[in-house]
Amino acid sequence: MVNWIWLFFIVASVVVAAVNGKMDAVTQAAFEGAKSGVTVSFGLISIMVFWLGMMRIAEDAGLLRKLAAMLGPIVRMLFPDVPRNHPAIGYIMSNLSANLFGLGNAATPMGIKAMQELQKLNPDPATATPAMCTLLALNTSSITIIPTTLIAIRMNYGSANPAEIIGTTLAATFVATSAAILADRWYRRKSPPPQVKSKRRAGITTPSPDQGGEAVV
Amino acid sequence: MYNLFTNVSAWMIPAIIVFIPLYAALRRKVPVYETFVEGAKDGFGTAINIIPHLVGMMVAIGMFRASGAMELMLSAVRPLFDWIGIPSEVLPLGILRPLTGAGSLAFTTDLIQTFGPDSMIGRIASTIQGSTDTTLYVLTVYFGAIGIRRTRYALKVGLFSDIVGFFAAIFICLYIFG
Repeated sequence: MVNWIWLFFIVASVVVAAVNGKMDAVTQAAFEGAKSGVTVSFGLISIMVFWLGMMRIAEDAGLLRKLAAMLGPIVRMLFPDVPRNHPAIGYIMSNLSANLFGLGNAATPMGIKAMQELQKLNPDPATATPAMCTLLALNTSSITIIPTTLIAIRMNYGSANPAEIIGTTLAATFVATSAAILADRWYRRKSPPPQVKSKRRAGITTPSPDQGGEAVV
Repeated sequence: MYNLFTNVSAWMIPAIIVFIPLYAALRRKVPVYETFVEGAKDGFGTAINIIPHLVGMMVAIGMFRASGAMELMLSAVRPLFDWIGIPSEVLPLGILRPLTGAGSLAFTTDLIQTFGPDSMIGRIASTIQGSTDTTLYVLTVYFGAIGIRRTRYALKVGLFSDIVGFFAAIFICLYIFG
């Protein structure tokens, strides 16, 4: 699906630009986009390095295990295929808590670290596991309690009550996250986990392209 | 109330940064500095791995916006919005939000500036912007970092929840502030 969306964006852009006579702007936008891709990644370096260092201390001190134990039942329900004491659970918990409190720059490194831990449980490293899809669903719908950036912008433009959107945002976020969890559940049940397939295929070295899921990149 | 929130946010990160090493050093005798450096090493490589994924996505999104293709897509849906009674000014946000965080934030700021933060459009835009995250960015970064190529149903789930969140934000605002 990502393949097709990507292709669609590029083809549609060039076709529409040809009709509108905006070819120059499109060319420029392509290289601007490439530049901002690198800029954003470089921006990630500092926060990744910092938070992964912090989180290693938390992991060695057993703090992540404590956090995981505290909210265990919810996580077990959402991630039934991750073993109870696996380090992934602790990172998933810290990722979700960081999201919840609006600590955006801490949430990403912890989410990536959680993905890396989940990857260790993955029999086929090129294909996403159901647990990865669930973690992604929770992050794309982003459960935020306090939308700090927006409150600041609203304040900036002289709102009489900058924080009045907290209630509506919370309600909308709740609806979006519930939709994400339900859709994730539905697809999880519909598509068999990759573990089953890879067990059957154990010993076969060349993976067949039609092995479930969608080819991406 | 707002002061309380900003204070909590301002204190949260320093509190975490102090608590983790202090607890580790005093209760568990963890060599905190060495452990920090050891863990931090992973960060660099991970961030570098993401570059090709992010460049690919941002090029496509940048082209899509600059060519006018996005505007064309929107003009097809606009009459439907007018018919339901949703202010169609917020419509571009529905497409921008899942694609680009910076782009949709800029658009939201522009709407707030043009129509005022306390207008219905300003409130709806704020709610949409705050209630979901940039699906394509999250997918690119999280899966790019670990080299997942087959994303299975992850994108469908993300986009579905974006659509649900978009309309939920609009109808909740129309109901609460209407």
